[in-house]
Amino acid sequence: MNFLDFEKPIAELEGKIADLRHLSDDDGINIADEVARLQAKVEKQLKATYAKLTPWQKTQVARHPDRPHCLDYVRQLIEDFEPLAGDRTFAEDHAIVGGVGRFRGRSVMVIGQEKGHDTETRVKHNFGMAMPDGYRKARRLMRMADRFRLPVVTLVDTAGAYPGVAAEERGQAEAIARAIETCLDIRVPLVSCIIGEGGSGGAIALASANSVLMLEHSIYSVISPEGCAGILWRSGDQAQAAAEALKLTAQDLHRLKVIDEIVPEPLGGAHRSRKAAIESVGDALERHLSKLIPTEGGVLRARRRDKFIEMGRNGLE
Amino acid sequence: MNWLTNFVRPKIQQLVRPKEVPENLWKKCPACGQMIFHRELEKNLEVCTHCDHHMRLPVKKRLEALFDDGEYKRIELPKAPEDPLKFRDLKRYNDRIKDARHKTGEQDAIIVAHGSVGGVRAVIAAFDFSFMGGSMGVAVGEGIVAAAELAVLQDAPLIVIPASGGARMQEGILSLMQMARTTVAVDKVKDAGLPYIVLLTDPTTGGVTASFAMLGDIHVSEPGAVIGFAGARVIESTIRETLPEGFQRAEYLREHGMVDTVVHRHHLKDKLANILNLLINRGPAGQVVPFERKGVFGAGETTTAETKPAGKPEPTPAARPAPAAPAAKAQPTKAPDEEVAETAAPADEDARPIDAAPAEAPKKEPAETGEPSEPKKG
Ligand SMILES: [Zn+2]
Repeated sequence: MNFLDFEKPIAELEGKIADLRHLSDDDGINIADEVARLQAKVEKQLKATYAKLTPWQKTQVARHPDRPHCLDYVRQLIEDFEPLAGDRTFAEDHAIVGGVGRFRGRSVMVIGQEKGHDTETRVKHNFGMAMPDGYRKARRLMRMADRFRLPVVTLVDTAGAYPGVAAEERGQAEAIARAIETCLDIRVPLVSCIIGEGGSGGAIALASANSVLMLEHSIYSVISPEGCAGILWRSGDQAQAAAEALKLTAQDLHRLKVIDEIVPEPLGGAHRSRKAAIESVGDALERHLSKLIPTEGGVLRARRRDKFIEMGRNGLE
Repeated sequence: MNWLTNFVRPKIQQLVRPKEVPENLWKKCPACGQMIFHRELEKNLEVCTHCDHHMRLPVKKRLEALFDDGEYKRIELPKAPEDPLKFRDLKRYNDRIKDARHKTGEQDAIIVAHGSVGGVRAVIAAFDFSFMGGSMGVAVGEGIVAAAELAVLQDAPLIVIPASGGARMQEGILSLMQMARTTVAVDKVKDAGLPYIVLLTDPTTGGVTASFAMLGDIHVSEPGAVIGFAGARVIESTIRETLPEGFQRAEYLREHGMVDTVVHRHHLKDKLANILNLLINRGPAGQVVPFERKGVFGAGETTTAETKPAGKPEPTPAARPAPAAPAAKAQPTKAPDEEVAETAAPADEDARPIDAAPAEAPKKEPAETGEPSEPKKG
């Protein structure tokens, strides 16, 4: 388990518990009371810490290496999954994964950024930073979903679209623009959940949806706090201040009416109880899909478009 | 400094009252380093008279140069919420906005106007780079939405002219949302069967490029314009890749399939006029082929067309009148809200040659300007 800086006191307590357990294994001493006492303390600490995470701390939680990633959700929530590959133009981009599968009894199209969980998979998925090919693949899958009347679920988790020479050469901007356009054009329900990092254009390319959900400690922003600090504060050290100013937390975004629902995370964040976190995202997705599915396609499309054309007209109350 | 700045400048300054004199009478071309007299540069639409390098053209000059006879009407844009995030970095966003308004005399970084281009009624939404680097916040999004709605209302093509560093960070997520918002807006124009043309100018980057600016039916660009998603410096520093020559320039984008044509500023008006005329004034529709129904599926004998002699097609109502006579210049019918009339002086004839020689990009690659624009990213 990886611990974040502000989780240190919790890490120490858990270390003590582990030591005690070790001791009891060795000597058969009954220290159950002591363990229970420490565990209660851990819970209290977690509750206190996670109840008042700063935007910068949330940024770290959102990027936590143990946080469940897109494919973890697919494995737990989607049955009979058929992964689909390629943009039919140039390449298969593993940063964006997708395919058809059965979600709680219904065929759906799932698309999302995958960051990877160890060195090998991180490299394979390019840390979740997609090339234009990835966005073109997403577009292809959305179009296909439209054709087969399959609801689309997107799981957003990316630091941003990949900034590189090849990406620019193949039209990163155009690929993102088209993905946004397609999100806003399809006549099937489109539900997005920001499960970790919602990084800028690379995120909205998959998240121009009927319902946009966010996990409690995820972030969604026009630019990373570090990038923003580098430009506006002329110092990357001011990332903490930038994170505050950008209003990038799920709570801020809900107040700004940019997202529709905050999905609660288990105590101590999704990385502590991955299964439970994934399940609560699944429940929220199902709820939103059930609401949208009976609606006629043209109406779904029109409502989605109306919603985005209003974006920004009603600011913070 | 060359001798002209030292010797000629003071004399000229004496001739004119100081208040009317711009700070610098001579401007140094960032590409070739030559000094150009400001009047000459203005007359030449801010294109270097020595090397053809395209410098930034103030937005109103741009509109004058594109609309017929330099005449256009601006529309007032709906108010957007001010500083929705109460954003503060080293400076308050509110103060930045105030400064920009003071400096430019404009409310935000976009101007929406309508008039005619080559006899075709058209709506133009043009970015003002001097207003916070042309960054896109809610107000700019509002401008694109208004321009698109006006175009649909007037049954007119929409031309958008971005000059923007990208999304306006000080409006946080709301600026990101403008990407989706503007995409819906320009799609409304396309859904209405109207041309949506993007004229890319220097610079067009970040969230602006990754939304409406790359969704045009036709993409025209000025020579040497920087167009891209990620900033060159971001790519260099984070990815440690060396950038190819001419990277993210208009010509590079044309070679990579993202821009239809790169056109010298002097020929832009003719180019746009021609494109609009081709797309709008399509001429008579092709002859409707008589449909003959015979045999088992038909109701009986030959139907249709017996009254019309073959070879004499009638133009269908779908074909709009040809542009020809300037008298037929379309007058805008309706515009939302009040209109701010603004008539510009006719542009200089020298600056707008009539012969529409296809303009190619100048061979010379403009030097990196490296300007530190305020906003960024998308
Ligand atoms: Zn020059």
